[in-house]
Amino acid sequence: MNSWSILSVVTFLPLLGALIIFVIPGNDAVAKNNARMAALFTTIFTFFVSLLIWFHFDNSQAGFQFVEKYNWMGENFSYHMGVDGISMLFVILTTFVMPLAILASWDSVQERVKEYMIAFLVLESLMIGVFCSLDLLMFYVFFEAGLIPMFLIIGVWGGKRRVYASFKFFLYTLAGSVLMLLAIMAMYMDAGTTDITKLLTYKFSIEPIHFWGMTISGGLQTILWWAFFASFAVKMPMWPVHTWLPDAHVEAPTAGSVILAAILLKMGGYGFLRFSIPMFPVASDTFAIVVFVLSCIAIVYTSLVALVQEDIKKLIAYSSIAHMGFVTMGIFTATAQGIQGGIFQMLSHGIVSAALFLCIGVVYDRMHTRQISAYGGLVNRMPLYAVFFMVFTMANVGLPGTSGFVGEFLALIGAYKVNTWVAFTATFGVILSAAYALWLYRRVIFGKLEKASLKNIADLNMRELAILTPLVLLTILFGIWPAPIIDVTTASVEQLLHNYKNAVQAAHDAGLLASR
Amino acid sequence: MPTSTAAIIGSYNAIFPEVILVVGALLLLMIGSFIKQKNAMFMAFATIAIIIFAGVLLHLQGNLTGTLFTGSFIIDPFARLMKIITLASAAIAVFMAYDYMSKANLWKYEFAVLILLATAGMMLMISANDLIALYLGIELQSLALYVIAAFNRNSERSSEAGLKYFVLGALSSGMLLYGMSLIYGFTGSTGFEQIASSIQTSGATLGVIFGLVFMLVGLVFKISAVPFHMWTPDVYEGSPTPVTTFFAAAPKIAAMAMIVRVLYGAFPTITPQWQQIIVFVSIASMLLGAFAAIGQTNIKRLMAYSSIGHMGFALVGLASGSEMGVRAVIIYMVIYAIMTLGTFACILAMRREEGSVENISDLAGLAKNDLTMAFLLAMLMFSLAGIPPLAGFFGKFYVLLAAIDAKLVPLAIIGVLASVVGAFYYLRIVKVMFFDEPAEDFVPMHGSLRLVLIGSGLFVLGYVVYPTPLLTAASVAAQSLFK
Repeated sequence: MNSWSILSVVTFLPLLGALIIFVIPGNDAVAKNNARMAALFTTIFTFFVSLLIWFHFDNSQAGFQFVEKYNWMGENFSYHMGVDGISMLFVILTTFVMPLAILASWDSVQERVKEYMIAFLVLESLMIGVFCSLDLLMFYVFFEAGLIPMFLIIGVWGGKRRVYASFKFFLYTLAGSVLMLLAIMAMYMDAGTTDITKLLTYKFSIEPIHFWGMTISGGLQTILWWAFFASFAVKMPMWPVHTWLPDAHVEAPTAGSVILAAILLKMGGYGFLRFSIPMFPVASDTFAIVVFVLSCIAIVYTSLVALVQEDIKKLIAYSSIAHMGFVTMGIFTATAQGIQGGIFQMLSHGIVSAALFLCIGVVYDRMHTRQISAYGGLVNRMPLYAVFFMVFTMANVGLPGTSGFVGEFLALIGAYKVNTWVAFTATFGVILSAAYALWLYRRVIFGKLEKASLKNIADLNMRELAILTPLVLLTILFGIWPAPIIDVTTASVEQLLHNYKNAVQAAHDAGLLASR
Repeated sequence: MPTSTAAIIGSYNAIFPEVILVVGALLLLMIGSFIKQKNAMFMAFATIAIIIFAGVLLHLQGNLTGTLFTGSFIIDPFARLMKIITLASAAIAVFMAYDYMSKANLWKYEFAVLILLATAGMMLMISANDLIALYLGIELQSLALYVIAAFNRNSERSSEAGLKYFVLGALSSGMLLYGMSLIYGFTGSTGFEQIASSIQTSGATLGVIFGLVFMLVGLVFKISAVPFHMWTPDVYEGSPTPVTTFFAAAPKIAAMAMIVRVLYGAFPTITPQWQQIIVFVSIASMLLGAFAAIGQTNIKRLMAYSSIGHMGFALVGLASGSEMGVRAVIIYMVIYAIMTLGTFACILAMRREEGSVENISDLAGLAKNDLTMAFLLAMLMFSLAGIPPLAGFFGKFYVLLAAIDAKLVPLAIIGVLASVVGAFYYLRIVKVMFFDEPAEDFVPMHGSLRLVLIGSGLFVLGYVVYPTPLLTAASVAAQSLFK
């Protein structure tokens, strides 16, 4: 498989598609349609190529597969790619959601179509690059570069307050990331390499550091952990640095919201799994309680906030933050169930939240409003839509039989093993999510169809059906048969935990950690 | 001692590029006063040809290393690289200037002559290995620059810019001279090597430190770092835009090279003493550059504050006091110069039927009117903000890496936070171009400007793919300072 560098191909195929769209001449309806077709074809083709990765992926192997490595900047920073059980499915998720996002913008985007498609394809390349990078600097480059197309997508094709939202999104994320950049440099100085495969087994010092009269227990690991935490917590987003997300979601075009919710948010969780847990195990162990507290606040508080929202998109945005709370909680339990649950929850949320934003897009395209009060009784005119929306709402609630259940359940088991109170508090999130999601559903779908503007609203058309059907199938499939995902991740997660436990135990034995 | 004529000429090989520039300047002065017509194109291309010729001669020196004129003129890979960048920046600035200057009825042949003389001064600054040679270089450059700042003599703002620059420049020269005299008094020589060895034996005496501070004041003035930056916004705004373009790139590179040479050539043994000064200047420049630019409405003024911030960043590399740091400074300056020239190509192209405009709001909706220009300018803005994968990120990456390596963590943290604040105003330009409703169209961009813009844009976008050549050149140059 290595003979044709499949990861590089998957990463840069969308970029090639962007180049092709770039050279499409003209700006008339034909050119616009060509741009759409080219983008759709590129993303679908990329998806099928990426499926090859899954087919050839060896589930029993814990290490990195399909590895490619070339010199890039001198000898120290290389172009290094590879996937393991943790990252592989995120690549597939990205390539899977992308064609749907392109289809969702088919009619709703009529201005600057070429630029729009180019921005999305470039973004796809960068997102896949994030999940494939095995060099820290390369990871950072992909991680940050995604800001540029997303900034333009929100700012150019967004809603009324798009300028505010795009700036907030950009500056928040940048502020978090620059600290990670410094941490990356410090890691390079300490370990002499930015090769992730080497850093995974490198032991960063936990000797206390004395600095300006302060003592930092946990030493270098503590500092690095917090620097990475700053970046990923903003990206995730965790309470209290989540405020950019509702704004960005509300103002972004439908496809922008889909990508944001389905993939960009996952970079935070992926970062925790790829860097924080394996590279700074002792610090992760020490500060897990901080993450638990923040996660619990996120789960309960943002669920409550979601209850009172009047804008459908904002409500789903807040529910995303709550669901991401389960992810962070699960990951930092450092139990097999918790981490598996976190990964599963991310993938499931990638599907479900994408679907929910697409559903909102469907009615927004017809009515041009996202106010809950503007709707009601849609079931009378849009029965198909009501069914689809129902499935996704249930998955969002975490109903058994949908993919949303598996992730939350596993994460809660993990939490219960480590800290009962955390699990107890987080369970409220499940109840609250049922409250806001079902209430939303009732207000939008049920009741009498009284509003005159809704009298002629049309049900899903073929294009919308084509977008939502695969999502429904996957939601239910992974709800009743989660094995394909669990099988892929098991080996890598086990190895991760094995190293983690050893490192924490070693720190205990050395007396550098207060015994609990 | 060489005796034959050929040998003497051979040993002066090192200074041929400077000679060519000066002779060329005098030649153009003669031609200009005889042909009497405003043939901007001919003069501009003659200037560029002379600069390129000097560059070729420089390149032909190969690995030539050594000193001339009893050690006051030094040539080594560091000097050669910085000179080539300076020459290239100067040539590109002239290339972009002639169309604008002739359309604005500003072109006079003296412009070409002054540019050449200023460039010769910069070359001397870079190669100076002696306080007196250094001062001569600075003054040759500065006097020419004062005049071209006031080149639009019918404009009050331009005259004010020239005068302000002159008065403050004279003040800084005075301080520099005072510092030099103290150094000379306490070390007994003007050559950098002798100063270094004298300080090594005597240690950092109060007199030497006093002199060092005064010298740094004068030198820092030339790169417009805080607290000696006040002239920059006014001069940038007041001078004709092609002059600002020239100011923004070539003199900055030469001055930065000069500071590096002075600090590492003459004061390598008292690094901790000057390090604190550089750290302070660097922090102050980065913060001021970031915060003061936010409220600007004039794009030239904005670029002035941006350049202050960028000089602060380059000084982060210098402050680390290592070979790695010098390498970072070189890379940073090269990338900075290319980004700045590209940006100024856009500013020069901001022209409507009734004349040039300079407000950021004039760029409104540029993405609808001229997508190529808007896209490339946006990429340059992201690059100036230091967003990967654009070249500007790698400039910042190397200086920060050097700072972390030198354990200057607080400096690095302040640096990245300042760059987040700075990102705000670069984003504002992108926002105006892409998110706002279109303003009136600009007249089509002149071919020379478009060429520079596309070249600069391609560099900024493509650097990530093939960073090795610049990296290698900078490493070789930095090594030559640390033998």
